[in-house]
Amino acid sequence: MNNTIAEGQIPQGEISHSPLYEAILRLRKNKIAVAGLIIITIFLIMAVFAPWLAPHDPLEQSLYSKLKPPFWAEGGEWRYPLGTDDFGRDLLSRIIYGARISMIVGLVAVAIALFFGTISGAVAGFYGGWIDNVIMRLMDILLAFPPILLAIVIVAFLGPSLENAMVAIGVVNIPRYARIVRGSVMEEYSKDYVQGARALGAGDFRLIFVHIMPNCLAPLIVQTTLGFASAILEAAALSFLGLGAQPPTPEWGAMLANGRALILRAWWAVTFPGLMILFAVLGFNLLGDGLRDALDPRLRE
Amino acid sequence: MTEQQQPLLNVENLKTYFFTDRGTAKAVDDVSFKLMPGQTLSVVGESGCGKSVTALSVMRLIPEPPGRIVEGKITFNGKDLVKLPEKEMRKIRGNQISMIFQEPMTSLNPVFKVGFQIGEVLRLHQRLEKKEARARTIDLLQKVGIPSPESRADNYPHQMSGGMRQRVMIAMALACDPQVIIADEPTTALDVTIQAQILELMRELSRSTGTSVLLITHDLGVVAETAEQVVVMYAGRIVEEADVKSLFNSPLHPYTRGLMRSIPGETAQTRARLEAIPGVVPSLLGLPIGCKFNDRCRHAFDRCFEEEPWLILPKEGHPVRCWLYEEGK
Repeated sequence: MNNTIAEGQIPQGEISHSPLYEAILRLRKNKIAVAGLIIITIFLIMAVFAPWLAPHDPLEQSLYSKLKPPFWAEGGEWRYPLGTDDFGRDLLSRIIYGARISMIVGLVAVAIALFFGTISGAVAGFYGGWIDNVIMRLMDILLAFPPILLAIVIVAFLGPSLENAMVAIGVVNIPRYARIVRGSVMEEYSKDYVQGARALGAGDFRLIFVHIMPNCLAPLIVQTTLGFASAILEAAALSFLGLGAQPPTPEWGAMLANGRALILRAWWAVTFPGLMILFAVLGFNLLGDGLRDALDPRLRE
Repeated sequence: MTEQQQPLLNVENLKTYFFTDRGTAKAVDDVSFKLMPGQTLSVVGESGCGKSVTALSVMRLIPEPPGRIVEGKITFNGKDLVKLPEKEMRKIRGNQISMIFQEPMTSLNPVFKVGFQIGEVLRLHQRLEKKEARARTIDLLQKVGIPSPESRADNYPHQMSGGMRQRVMIAMALACDPQVIIADEPTTALDVTIQAQILELMRELSRSTGTSVLLITHDLGVVAETAEQVVVMYAGRIVEEADVKSLFNSPLHPYTRGLMRSIPGETAQTRARLEAIPGVVPSLLGLPIGCKFNDRCRHAFDRCFEEEPWLILPKEGHPVRCWLYEEGK
């Protein structure tokens, strides 16, 4: 019987790649996405190697070098490449340590939102009916508030701190993920392979998390990347309002708030932290858009 | 059929209804049949006659709601599957009773390698270690006639042709040496040349392993080639049952005869026009009164419009649901 099949021959040189791997190959061709990836990589390096990259301790104050301008401006010196703030703390060091905080905030907030959003969305989409109704109406309630306002309420309730800000941002973003996962799970649920897996003896838990979820990854990856950007932005906003990181923590939003009063005397104290927020958000958004294109099934050859 | 043998799967008075907003659709209405060990039983009928629902009922895979097994018994190994808790049923699915689906193109999970998918069944039911599962997977792929199984196991479904994928599906169904395989139109989605190969493979495997097969199909050609016993269904009911020889030699029900006349056989050579059964299968929500086939039957007489026939036994082992055969007519 084996010899009769000509259709089963493997084409020469064909290697098996997972759909995800193929998406990464497509992503590499997208210049804008690669630019986003490079920006993110720089921030990640800053975050991981902060103690080695920063020339000073970010909290070290020096009353003799208050409000020093960046090195290229008049009165600036190489000792403080990007100048100092009103306590004489090195801005460059604070920005580098700030990258560490922002990356952690993004990671934790997104992880919280992703974890609860994915589970609730998957359960809602899989079971449908009243379970779906209860879960999604709860999500609707969360969505009814402007996100930053809801985050402020949660932080006000828990008390202002960076940890609570992360929790608040995470909670606020749960519905986004829940909606995306619910939609994808509902779409996948109707496909034959789900019935097939059931016919082979898979239980509900296995069906949802082993069989269906890997097929819902594409939109989730995109949303997670974009979610990093918004989490960083929201954390900076909360810190700017004094509800997130507390002084003297070198958080970008908090640095902005501190520099706000000095804007006419020391432009650098607000400009550099602001630029950092801008680039971090930009990097994640560029990568997210690139991923969306790379993972789009319509673009697959 | 030898009467002393115990049936492996015994379906008795199965009724599976779908409760929709527009009314109750009796997709399977009072269906009974017995599947003997090692036997291939075929359920034949047009689309919508309830044959797939019968298969899904046996697997307890009816989407609930709107569907429900309202009545009946499905006895398998002394257990009534209708009353079995879901947890017990899961141990039977894919292990003792497994299923092959119609659409090999979509019935495999696109994100996993086929080897992994076959291995999963083994890990799930037989708690095999990764290495053992892999060896058994390659063994199975070899058995279903896939060349270079080691490298094929690492293929994703989209890298395979329809025939290859159906072979993978068969390998998955066979993985745990089930006692019954339910094949729901296993060749419908395939090219004609591949169809013959797959049928041959299934016949060979069921013979060598002694597995019983419940073959769901609309294709009488497939029935003639593979089945031993045939059940003809129409509008959720069994209209005729016989062993394959008697059915093809002397079909009794007008519907069965119509089906036979509508396959291209010798008529193709004589260039005679192929006959079609006039009309379509009635909607399950608006079945005619009396015999469900009366509006399409050329032999229909008054009684057919008044009273639904029961299964009449004009010959031993060949029941038929038609008034024409009452009192030796």
